[in-house]
Amino acid sequence: MNSIDNTMTEGNGSQLRFVRRAMVPERARPLAVDVIGAIWRRLFGGVFNTMLTLVSAFILVALVWPTFRFMIWDAVWDGASRVDCLEETLKRPVGACWPFVQAKFGQFIYGFYPEAERWRPNLVFLIGALLLAPLLVPGAPLKRINALLFFVVFPIVSFFLLVGGRFGLVHVETRVWGGLLITLVISFTGIVASMPLGILLALGRRSPLPAVRVVSVAIIEFWRGVPLITVLFFATYMLPFFLPPHWNVDALLRVLIGVTLFSGAYLAEVIRGGLQAIPRGQFEAAAAMGMGYWKVMGLIIMPQALKYVIPGLVNSFIALFKDTTLVLIVSIFDLLGQVRTSFSDPNWATPVTLFTGFAFAGIIYFVISFAMSRYALAMERRLSTDHRAT
Amino acid sequence: MKRVIIALGLAATLGLLSTAASAQMLKTVKDRGTLTCGVSQGLPGFSSPDDKGAWTGLDVDLCRAMAAAIFNDASKVKYVPLTANARFTALQSGEIDVLSRNTTWTSSRDTSLGFNFAAVTYYDGQGFMVKKSLKVNSALELNGASICTQSGTTTEANAADYFRANNMKFEVVKFETADEAIKAYDTGRCDGFTSDVSQLYAMRLKLTAMNDHVVLPEVISKEPLGPAVRQGDDQWFDIVKWVHFAMINAEELGVSSKSVDEAMKSPQPEIKRLLGLEGAYGEQLGLTKDWVVRIVKLVGNYGEIFEKNVGSGSKLGIARGLNRLWTKGGIQYAPPIR
Repeated sequence: MNSIDNTMTEGNGSQLRFVRRAMVPERARPLAVDVIGAIWRRLFGGVFNTMLTLVSAFILVALVWPTFRFMIWDAVWDGASRVDCLEETLKRPVGACWPFVQAKFGQFIYGFYPEAERWRPNLVFLIGALLLAPLLVPGAPLKRINALLFFVVFPIVSFFLLVGGRFGLVHVETRVWGGLLITLVISFTGIVASMPLGILLALGRRSPLPAVRVVSVAIIEFWRGVPLITVLFFATYMLPFFLPPHWNVDALLRVLIGVTLFSGAYLAEVIRGGLQAIPRGQFEAAAAMGMGYWKVMGLIIMPQALKYVIPGLVNSFIALFKDTTLVLIVSIFDLLGQVRTSFSDPNWATPVTLFTGFAFAGIIYFVISFAMSRYALAMERRLSTDHRAT
Repeated sequence: MKRVIIALGLAATLGLLSTAASAQMLKTVKDRGTLTCGVSQGLPGFSSPDDKGAWTGLDVDLCRAMAAAIFNDASKVKYVPLTANARFTALQSGEIDVLSRNTTWTSSRDTSLGFNFAAVTYYDGQGFMVKKSLKVNSALELNGASICTQSGTTTEANAADYFRANNMKFEVVKFETADEAIKAYDTGRCDGFTSDVSQLYAMRLKLTAMNDHVVLPEVISKEPLGPAVRQGDDQWFDIVKWVHFAMINAEELGVSSKSVDEAMKSPQPEIKRLLGLEGAYGEQLGLTKDWVVRIVKLVGNYGEIFEKNVGSGSKLGIARGLNRLWTKGGIQYAPPIR
């Protein structure tokens, strides 16, 4: 209720001043607890609120009801081929064709990974989940060992498990990996590997040494300047032109390196934002304690800077997770790619196949992205030590 | 001038590299133990993964036939599913050995891109689909109709040419993707839908009542689809070409995957030559004597793979049309093996 009357904003050349001249009028005493009344007033108090409520209710009904009908009410739950999902056969409106997802489920999760060997990705998923769960719980013991296992040992074990060719395991080429497996492999590797890279680049960019600074700036600007899709295309199809014929770098490895460098450059800028929020006094105080550069950064600056930029980091991680779908253009089938390819199976071509597949992929992407964002929010609250309004 | 020299230099280097890389494709493939085959990322009837995740389709079967001829094992193929944009670069860079990805054979692709098209495995062309209730039997009766199509392809221009040449009026309704176009057609936005005929049959499966729609007999453009290889390795080019011809010849001589054992006893000289009982035609290609037996036994003759993937044995149900053998009124014709 701050109207012009009781406040004044004065422009005086270069200075702007804000002066309150009258007190804000007292508000009426809050009524005693009256839940229904309170809800009613919030929803229908005044013309504007009523309109907002009606419009929102309309949108909700218009969206939720058809979604419910499509996904559950009219959906087909079992069948063996396209015939079972046709209006002609069922003599009723047809919603999602879930048997299609059921038939292709293995491909959506593992891609073309040989069926007999699918216990290997399953084992990797299981180990990952077992190691990740205690890492996420704040009070769990042995954090340090757990982190070491998850970030260092787990990737190595997974590599040997998934690729095979040693310890009596059959070699499974990365070419046949796909589906959710590849989505997780690329995003996990991207996130875990690009984080240290991002920190180094961010520090490099603020380094007092000109050579380090120039190199860091060049790397960051180069990788931010080219679209990811170009990076992937170049790495996959153009590199063989320039490399000797026998240098055969695995296609997935090329993609992983591209994704890591790309996302490292973005993270560097996010982290630099955090570094700039740290007051100079912190550096000076740490230096006065006799700490060297790496100690200052590792013990004083980075823990604070990273805490500030959690929302930005998670933003980048979620973006990376969804960007993995671009690998489709270099013939690696992630979850979405695998779903799209299944649309071409004449055995399942129906009017609803497309929507069913996209709905399934959408649900999976949403669940994972949402989980990441909720966890980050919890993390932020836990680490919050200052007096910010959260 | 400088730029021209650089461009020439680059082209020469690339040329050298690719020739060096592909001079002995057959040996490379044999040493590697698998054939690397570029296919589509999903085109009904031509290449798509089935429920088990195995690639199937007409384009896929050519790769399987090549693997059968080289390794006596149709499964020794690595499929590289390519987008339309990436397919040519992938072939040029040696990422794949052969491109079998419903690619139309055109003069510019054959010459300036540095490829050789080995054969036409499927004669496609643009056609029309309409509702049966319109009682239209020929595209020539479509005067004044509205036609749904995908924008940014040649189909739109082809349709315009066809209607103008026949002095007919039509209204074109464009959509970003084929899936949107077919949805619009299904909801009654247009009287007809135009696309390549193989695509028409595939899209028909996505209609709410596919039997209420019919594909008209007129084909208004030439889209010969076939496998391509890099220039500079004639032996490899010959192998791709003759694997296709072998399947045609087998159908023509009545040798199918079921009758091939029976046919080994046939006294007919053409069949004897085909199956390697006479002459050394397989060896001349760098393959074995029984190369055709392997292809037919493990994959089938042309008629069999056609019917299985796109014809009466498939959900698509495409009529053979132009793809019938020359002896049966089509234009699939293969030079003899002798």
